Amino acid sequence: MEASEGKSKKPGASRLCCLCNQRRPVLKRPKTLQQICRECFYEVFEEEIHQVIVGNRLFKSGERVAIGASGGKDSTVLAYVLSELNRRHNYGLDLFLLSIDEGITGYRDDSLETVKRNEVQYGLPLQILSYKDLYGWTMDEIVKMIGLKNNCTFCGVFRRQALDRGAALLKVDKLVTGHNADDIAETVLLNILRGDIARLSRCTSITTGEDGPIPRCKPFKYTYEKEIVIYPSLLKLNFDTLTYDIRMLISRSWTTSPPNVSIYSPNAYRGFAREFIKDLERLRPRAILDIIKSGEDFRIATTTKMPEQGTCERCGYISSQKWCKACVLLEGLNRGLPKMGIGRARGGVNGDHKKETKKPPASAAKSLESKQCGSLDF
Amino acid sequence: MQLTLEFGGGLELLCDSEKIHKVNVDLPNGEDDLTMKHLLSWVRTNVIKERPEMFMKGDTVRPGVLVLVNDCDWELSGQLDTTIEDKDVIVFISTLHGG
Ligand SMILES: [Zn+2]
Ligand SMILES: [Zn+2]
Repeated sequence: MEASEGKSKKPGASRLCCLCNQRRPVLKRPKTLQQICRECFYEVFEEEIHQVIVGNRLFKSGERVAIGASGGKDSTVLAYVLSELNRRHNYGLDLFLLSIDEGITGYRDDSLETVKRNEVQYGLPLQILSYKDLYGWTMDEIVKMIGLKNNCTFCGVFRRQALDRGAALLKVDKLVTGHNADDIAETVLLNILRGDIARLSRCTSITTGEDGPIPRCKPFKYTYEKEIVIYPSLLKLNFDTLTYDIRMLISRSWTTSPPNVSIYSPNAYRGFAREFIKDLERLRPRAILDIIKSGEDFRIATTTKMPEQGTCERCGYISSQKWCKACVLLEGLNRGLPKMGIGRARGGVNGDHKKETKKPPASAAKSLESKQCGSLDF
Repeated sequence: MQLTLEFGGGLELLCDSEKIHKVNVDLPNGEDDLTMKHLLSWVRTNVIKERPEMFMKGDTVRPGVLVLVNDCDWELSGQLDTTIEDKDVIVFISTLHGG
């Protein structure tokens, strides 16, 4: 009993930050297992993202860049860090927040509030586009038309395209999203499990769609979710009440994609992959970066016939078919045939899904395409 | 002893949507210290109202739940072996929802 009196109650608390060797560490970095202090954490966190941006030449000066802002933790931290780095390193970017309102009663209200406050706090202009703007229909209207059973098809397809359509509408040069290392590792796994080689080779790219109208990039590709979550959580001690407010609003905001959001997005299997990734991370945090690396290094035999990537005749979005999935679904809605384009429904513009289609390259692609629901594309 | 528990990232939905809980926890019988291990099972019994599997897995937090003890990553203080003292603030944040 006596002997233990003198030693620190909390093991490790007596050690010093292994970067500055001066202050008390507050975080064990998953990437390096280093124990670092708050000040050093901010420095390395932001500096690493800067290096990713510079090293991969993500941006050019003068570009107009939309930050896909859901009000969730990743996009909120991304907005904050990107506007900081833009100022600090003179990227010369014209940054703004782009939010999508699906028109689901009650669902986005909170997170849109968050994004609106981000607009004020980071001085970033905000554009909110609704499904009505993008597609002519709100999610609630779609549900009314087709019933609750099939809307996950609509939700997945429309959500996947929403940011791209919005970005095109606003004539931006680039779209950035807050996908983090955990997200990408999870996607690599899922694409392997599904044998979706087309997406596997694409999902680890830091920039995608360079051949399309608007390239998308992921500055958080190598950033661990743990650090993204802890970043605002530690902010309050360092700054004044304003940032404390940001912290509260961030921690509040990512509750707005609560478990029950699956009313419209049944990505249950994604949940299992995520849990698996988190289990791996606990055993060996490097595993996340290793999975990303194996996704990057995956080589596909040159003899493999890859799906030909064309563009939709209607809207210009990438599609292996004449019309993209969203346009098929919209056509159905607009013609009062909402089942069109869902599952086995026949008579769609692209022909019967089960049969070989008229376009030979597209039919070769068929087997490589994944299901519409919960796409793994970023 | 008096503790402040904070739940975030969706975990508050498991405890009446209340983010901050001021609680009084007694030392376990015959022990001199309160460890995180004991506190977690106490929280599970006394604070979590639904879906405890979202909060815990086995005898520890579910992977993906971040724990801060007095604003310090609990991985630095020995996780389950961390000793809790009076007036400590313990934060639980789920990283599993929302982007
Ligand atoms: Zn330091
Ligand atoms: Zn289209």
